Amino acid sequence: MWKWLHPYANPEVSYHFTGKLLPWLSALTVLFLSVGIVWALAFAPADYQQGDSFRIFYLHVPAASLSMGIYFGMAVAAFTSMVWQFKLADASAAAMAPVGAVFTAIALFTGAAWGKPMWGTWWIWDARLTSELILLFLYLGVIALHNAFEDKNLAGKAAGILTLVGVINLPIIKYSVEWWNTLHQGSTVSKLGKPSMSVDMLWPFVFCFIGFSLLVATIICIRFRSEILARNSIRPWVKALVLAQVSLPTTKPTESN
Amino acid sequence: MQFDSFSAFLAMGGYGFYVWLSFGVSSALILALIVNSTQGHKQIIKNIALRQQREAKLRQVRKQKSRPNNIQNNPSNEVSP
Repeated sequence: MWKWLHPYANPEVSYHFTGKLLPWLSALTVLFLSVGIVWALAFAPADYQQGDSFRIFYLHVPAASLSMGIYFGMAVAAFTSMVWQFKLADASAAAMAPVGAVFTAIALFTGAAWGKPMWGTWWIWDARLTSELILLFLYLGVIALHNAFEDKNLAGKAAGILTLVGVINLPIIKYSVEWWNTLHQGSTVSKLGKPSMSVDMLWPFVFCFIGFSLLVATIICIRFRSEILARNSIRPWVKALVLAQVSLPTTKPTESN
Repeated sequence: MQFDSFSAFLAMGGYGFYVWLSFGVSSALILALIVNSTQGHKQIIKNIALRQQREAKLRQVRKQKSRPNNIQNNPSNEVSP
């Protein structure tokens, strides 16, 4: 039943497939993000309590949920690589980590800049904020482990173990606003049934969310391709591809580096 | 349009500093990530090409060394690497 998937386990097929995907992904990213951001900044109504500071929401919520979503994707990849010894999964996990770290940083920063006018403080050591900060440290640890070993398989294994242990943090972040008393508000968008949000505010959010998701997919695609090349640099297809793309001066190669 | 003028748009109802700080820092971070990713891809291709070239050169040197009459032809660049 899953036979059609098998060719994509081949690095060369994956490399060319993601290469074909990339222009479409980037075009859709630009489309959705520009519509979403302009709508959010200029056309969405201001909140009746929070005024225009509410517009940070359109940045903060997509970044925060993507920071958790990317971590989940990375954990699935790490698990796949560990159980089935599937090399490409390691490459994708290594590609996801820096993207997740940047979106976690964005979620934290926009949260601080929104908290200052609304709560009166940039930072508070409560459950939601602290667990999100731990997520950032987990990402940094995973990135460090991926770069700590010359042998990429060993690095992937070490980073994978940290990734899987860190999964425990995801439900803590998700339910922190329900389990503990916190300044952070509960969920507004993903409530079961109807979101408790006006439609005028929901539509720009949908565009922003899809736009940021596409952006994440695009960047992960680019990094995934680099990881494939780095891990298969001695394969003939990579050599041929590199030869076709780079024309170095053949007479006097640079010996400086 | 929610704002009457461009200056009202920049002021964001008094929250301009926080709104533009958030959007500014976020776009800077995202831009840095995009540049890092695309440059990294180019760098890896370049590194692989350089390594290939170095290996090709080494192979050539070894081949010439194994044939002694070649050394007599061009003795100048046949010092061991």
